[in-house]
Amino acid sequence: MFKSIVKKTVLMLVVMMFIALAFGCANGQADKELILATTTSTYDSGLLDFLIPEFEKETGYNVSILAKGTGASLELGKRGDSDVLLVHAKSRELKLVEEGYFVDRVDVMYNDFVILGGPEDPAKISGMKDVAEAFKKIANSKAEFASRGDNSGTNMKELAIWEKAGIKPQGDWYLSLGQGMGDTLRVANEKGAYTLADRGTYLAMKDKINLQVLVEGDPILFNQYGIMAVNPDKHEGINYDGAKALIDFMVSEKGQKMIGDYKKFGEQLFVPNAK
Amino acid sequence: MNEGFLNNLWNALQLILAWDTELVRIVGLSLFVSGAAVLIAALFAIPLGTFLGLKNSKWVRYISKIIYTFMGLPPVVAGLVVFLLLSKSGPLGILELLWTPWAMIIAQVMLALPIITGLTMTAIKSKDQAIGKTALTLGASKYQAALAVIREARIAIISAIVAGLGRVIAEVGAVMMVGGNIQGKTRVMTTAIVLETRKGNFEMALSLGIILLVLAFIINSILMTIQGEKDY
Repeated sequence: MFKSIVKKTVLMLVVMMFIALAFGCANGQADKELILATTTSTYDSGLLDFLIPEFEKETGYNVSILAKGTGASLELGKRGDSDVLLVHAKSRELKLVEEGYFVDRVDVMYNDFVILGGPEDPAKISGMKDVAEAFKKIANSKAEFASRGDNSGTNMKELAIWEKAGIKPQGDWYLSLGQGMGDTLRVANEKGAYTLADRGTYLAMKDKINLQVLVEGDPILFNQYGIMAVNPDKHEGINYDGAKALIDFMVSEKGQKMIGDYKKFGEQLFVPNAK
Repeated sequence: MNEGFLNNLWNALQLILAWDTELVRIVGLSLFVSGAAVLIAALFAIPLGTFLGLKNSKWVRYISKIIYTFMGLPPVVAGLVVFLLLSKSGPLGILELLWTPWAMIIAQVMLALPIITGLTMTAIKSKDQAIGKTALTLGASKYQAALAVIREARIAIISAIVAGLGRVIAEVGAVMMVGGNIQGKTRVMTTAIVLETRKGNFEMALSLGIILLVLAFIINSILMTIQGEKDY
């Protein structure tokens, strides 16, 4: 009896190995495999599900999308664990290009950040024009604020605003979550806390949360997305041709038009602005 | 927004019934990755656990302590270690295994190995005294005596495998870290649950959770039937 179990187990293992081999073969030509590291905002909003299949159809590349934060994506790119990056932290991107980690960086599109909060608005910031002033009011009233706290592009923008407001955010009211945009919106929603979000993710989740846009339009809230290739001289096996093809597609007339056309609940999420 | 939990649950069940190819692929990959990881881990863990269970020396006790410690290894740490090994900037980057099901299997083997080894060792220890000695007295070789002990301890060993499978199929930290949750390639049930929750699609997330539990129930039922053979 026991021997038969062993036999069955070994047999199953062999079958598994064959399936695994099939998996390996299905991955096929390595030079057609392209790894895109990007932010949760471009992925969770559905934009990439709209763009990438068209790119794949046009060029024959097979794109694997890693949806991490901007901080994690930049780190993966530096290590050579992705081929191309679509992120939103322009000053940091330019610095890393200068340091030689990335090449061919171009602007692709933008949207803006908004300050969200529950309908109660305990700090009374609704309609304010100056975000730094609004942040001061939130801090002074000790109303809860949900921060991404994950080194993402949104998180870096939030910290820049706190700095402008001259406040070091800390205390019971400041919730540093260490989570993605969607998760942060979920927590802020449950707690009726304020938060900073990119408009794309907010619009994509609008029907599932009670948070409202309270402050918008301040120039500091501008959110530029850029695309760049990992420097192929830094690591072995980087698919630079594929990365270049994706960059070209994103800034092409067609790619730009598709970005502008992408709508969720009738609202445009991203504005193309490649030069 | 204001629908109750039951409403969520009902919609989740409807989503399961609408079983689409994407869902089949996610469930299939979960079973493949975790199944392969547990089988590979068991191939090493059962002999190792038996050996450690039969021996009783100072250094065996020392190794046992290490194994028991690793039974509590956080999946995300296993994932981080495998990530650093397989990364292009890591020692095994040349293999290009990162972001593949293979990387996920490797990480899960790391999680299952200590559990199956530790529980096998315990099972063997509890049987060793009586059976091993009897077998030796009856003229069995050391190897035959070990086999006799394994045979006697098989129910506990199968439980060890079930425990290992339960740990890996339910973990999310390691597979997220080394698989990357890539649609159609490395997305498994737990990483899909994380993604759908992040996107606010709670019903889809819940339905995946229900499928995961049902699968665990089926696997456990099958293994318990094998275990129970002796009683028929």
